[in-house]
Amino acid sequence: MPRSVPVTVTVNGSKHEREVEPRTLLVHFLREELDLTGAHIGCESTLCGACTVHLDGRAVKSCTVLAVQADGQQVTTIEGLAASADELHPLQTGFWEKHGLQCGYCTPGMIMAAKQLLDDNPNPTEAEIREAIDGNICRCTGYQQIVDAVQHAADVAGGA
Amino acid sequence: MTTFRPNSVGRPIKRREDPRLIRGLATYTDDVKLPGMTCAAFVRSDFAAGAIRSIDTSAAAAHPGVVGVYTYADLDGKVGATPIGVEIPGMPDHPLLANGRVLYVGHPVAVVVAETPYAARDAAAMVEVDIEPREAVVDVEAALAPGAPRVYEELDSNVCLHIPAPNPEADKLFEQADQTLSIRLLNQRVAPFPMEGRAICAHWEEGPGKLTIWTSNQAPHSVKQQIAMCLGIPEIRIRAIAPEVGGGFGAKIPTYAEDALLCWVSRDLMRPVKWAETRTENLLGMTHGRGHVEKIDVAFQTDGRVLALKGQTISEIGAFRSFFGPFIALSTHTMSCGCYDIKAVAWETSSVFTNTMATEAYRGAGRPEAAYIIERVMDEVAAATGLDPVAVRRRNFISKDVFPHTTPSGATYDTGDYEKPLDRLIELAGYDEARTAQRSAREEGRLVGIGLATFTEVCGLGPSTGATPQQRMGTWESATVRVEPTGNVTVYTGVSPHGQGQETVFAQMVADAFGVGLDDVVVVHGDTDQVQHGVGTFGSRGIAVGGAALDMALVKVHAKATRIAAHHLDAPVDQIEFEDGEFTVSGTDRTLTFREVAEKAHLWNVNVPGEEPGLEAVARFEPSATTFPFGAHLCQVEIDPESGQIEIQRYVAIDDFGEVLNPMLADGQRLGGVVQGIGQAMWEEVQYDEGGQLLSGTLMDYAVPRAKHFPRMELDNTVTPTPINPLGAKGIGELGTIGATPCIVNAIVDALRPLGITNIDMPAKPERVWQAIRSAGAA
Repeated sequence: MPRSVPVTVTVNGSKHEREVEPRTLLVHFLREELDLTGAHIGCESTLCGACTVHLDGRAVKSCTVLAVQADGQQVTTIEGLAASADELHPLQTGFWEKHGLQCGYCTPGMIMAAKQLLDDNPNPTEAEIREAIDGNICRCTGYQQIVDAVQHAADVAGGA
Repeated sequence: MTTFRPNSVGRPIKRREDPRLIRGLATYTDDVKLPGMTCAAFVRSDFAAGAIRSIDTSAAAAHPGVVGVYTYADLDGKVGATPIGVEIPGMPDHPLLANGRVLYVGHPVAVVVAETPYAARDAAAMVEVDIEPREAVVDVEAALAPGAPRVYEELDSNVCLHIPAPNPEADKLFEQADQTLSIRLLNQRVAPFPMEGRAICAHWEEGPGKLTIWTSNQAPHSVKQQIAMCLGIPEIRIRAIAPEVGGGFGAKIPTYAEDALLCWVSRDLMRPVKWAETRTENLLGMTHGRGHVEKIDVAFQTDGRVLALKGQTISEIGAFRSFFGPFIALSTHTMSCGCYDIKAVAWETSSVFTNTMATEAYRGAGRPEAAYIIERVMDEVAAATGLDPVAVRRRNFISKDVFPHTTPSGATYDTGDYEKPLDRLIELAGYDEARTAQRSAREEGRLVGIGLATFTEVCGLGPSTGATPQQRMGTWESATVRVEPTGNVTVYTGVSPHGQGQETVFAQMVADAFGVGLDDVVVVHGDTDQVQHGVGTFGSRGIAVGGAALDMALVKVHAKATRIAAHHLDAPVDQIEFEDGEFTVSGTDRTLTFREVAEKAHLWNVNVPGEEPGLEAVARFEPSATTFPFGAHLCQVEIDPESGQIEIQRYVAIDDFGEVLNPMLADGQRLGGVVQGIGQAMWEEVQYDEGGQLLSGTLMDYAVPRAKHFPRMELDNTVTPTPINPLGAKGIGELGTIGATPCIVNAIVDALRPLGITNIDMPAKPERVWQAIRSAGAA
């Protein structure tokens, strides 16, 4: 059987220890080992963004990060974005209010990418939003309502 | 609008679907986990055409974790062929795995099943397939040439379907016309590219003798029927579930060979088996869309009136017959008159095999091709007559007074008022000012273009008269409304939404019918064990057909509730009024709430004479005809002559799709469709090399639109209801792709026309535009 190595990853605030094949991708680790299926696999090549999560506070495409690279680090997924189970993060609220999703497959990654933007730039322009989600593909919405959703989140978070 | 007074309906209600989706709690097929689950990986042909000399599966079978390896030899005589929606006599079947020969790159040759996906993929790479390649035929026009290599050596040619349509009336009009012109248009092959690729989880349970299939599909009831036929399992032992589905766009209508195969494998192994394709597999093996070569002759008058069209469509259907693939070109011809009063058409259609992946419905399925033809034609007629493209369109519009209107191409349009969205477009876009600004820009040497499309299309599929025996069901739609004793309501719908939002819109309809809250309604779809018969979500039919069925079911339940209320209020039924969830005896204060009636309907001791207990109804809506929404789109582009780069400066879309049940969701459908249409016009193209190798097999090579490609779109709509269904709604899902491609290309050609350029084939990539500018300059 393939060789396994130990990894310890803190995901959404909970510490998880597992033995995995060294080649195990972070997205597979999250989905298969931890049953966190919110991050989706869309291209296996860093190009579509459906698998975006945060690794130590930075957005990464988890389809091209190895689980061992996350060893000892903090991962935040869409499941852990909101402060509690009965709350929504302002980005989640924005996507809901502005119809920023249709089939929903790109949505968790899109939200996590947008979080990176708002962490860096709480008051983005439309052009900055479009640039920031350039690494995330949505095939349903045509992006306009996603832009509105991110803007809504920025406005809410800014207390506007 | 609906039978019931709209209150929730018509408002931009945010979606009931969203909380699970925005929190990462939705279940797509690849999220399904079952005890004993196995994972599949396919071995696919690297050659576009060839004979299989041998397949050695021994190393794969011995690989740790592998539980099964299957080739065609294991299936022979035990299963049927890949499901098709329409039979064509004399055409070869397509086995579930390659039988002695491969026909396209990506053709499944073997499948490996293992305990983990990693083990399955490792072992799949160990299967040795020895193929003797032979010459492939890839270009569709080359496939028609005498002596071309044949995809199927047992056939006389590569032609799968040929429909000639000579028309002496068109010939006569061509003789009488002031002018004629010819144009050759390419509607290139594109990838549907749903964000979730194909995925299936098949679970045969030997104890109950039941097959459960989770499938990322638009039509789970069809999957159930097709798997039943293919595997010889009675359909009553099959449950197909379309859980959360990550986009479809037509390519998830078919039941694929891989789907049927894995159901059989699960039964053979007596274990659940799951497969989610990789993106490269998706680009190789999910059906492609479009793929037309159109040669068109146009007869017209110097005043801009178009008299007749003659044309030939060569439709590349790939290496095998997909579910509807060979027939898609026929709807192109049915819709070829667009919204214009053309007197005669003559179309010849050839659906042609090539050694490529099969083509199939893709958002619009034949209608975008039609709109592309007629809208490009209108602009070329405008150029040839020196008239404004708006004036040419107005001159040819079918008058709003003649509906229903049957076109010479055989479509009967329900309602239409084509001036209305065009007037609004001219106003909103500031058309005259834009033309003035364009003239100034041209004087400065800038390449600014304004493009229009005024189009119509077919929605609300549709009367079952068009259905075939292979489909196993018509194209009506069903709904069940089940009221619980509490007055809470479950709707079971036969449509299978995957982003369109019917969980919300149908709840709005229930809320208006019964006066209950949106949270008191659950809409169930995509499960053949829960939902009575259904047909699915495609052809912009969710509201126009599925919603109509729901309206019928609501009417039935409401009528029964009224009778129950009348009994308990001791009043005649015609004295009962209903408002805000209360039944009232007219002119009195005697009332029963809907919830009280629901409770009484279920209690044993308060039965109403002549009424069955319970409060539930099933309805099936069989539309008498299809519906024909329409619209007017405008875009403005500026092209950089040094690079060929195209900047979309404005896009304005005025659509008319009848009554609107939720404008926010309708906007979403329109915006997404427009962007998909622009994607085809400007970037997307499935490319094979001359040997049949796929050149666009990853996202590095297949250009899907991204957010920064677009300005903010401007939308408005006009309302021309349809009488075909009780909602007056026509359908919205495909308008965007239909209007956008010709609109964009007309704008690009308009920008380049001062250089003498009269056509740019899609996709209008910068390189192609730059080459055209260079060639024009050199000429």
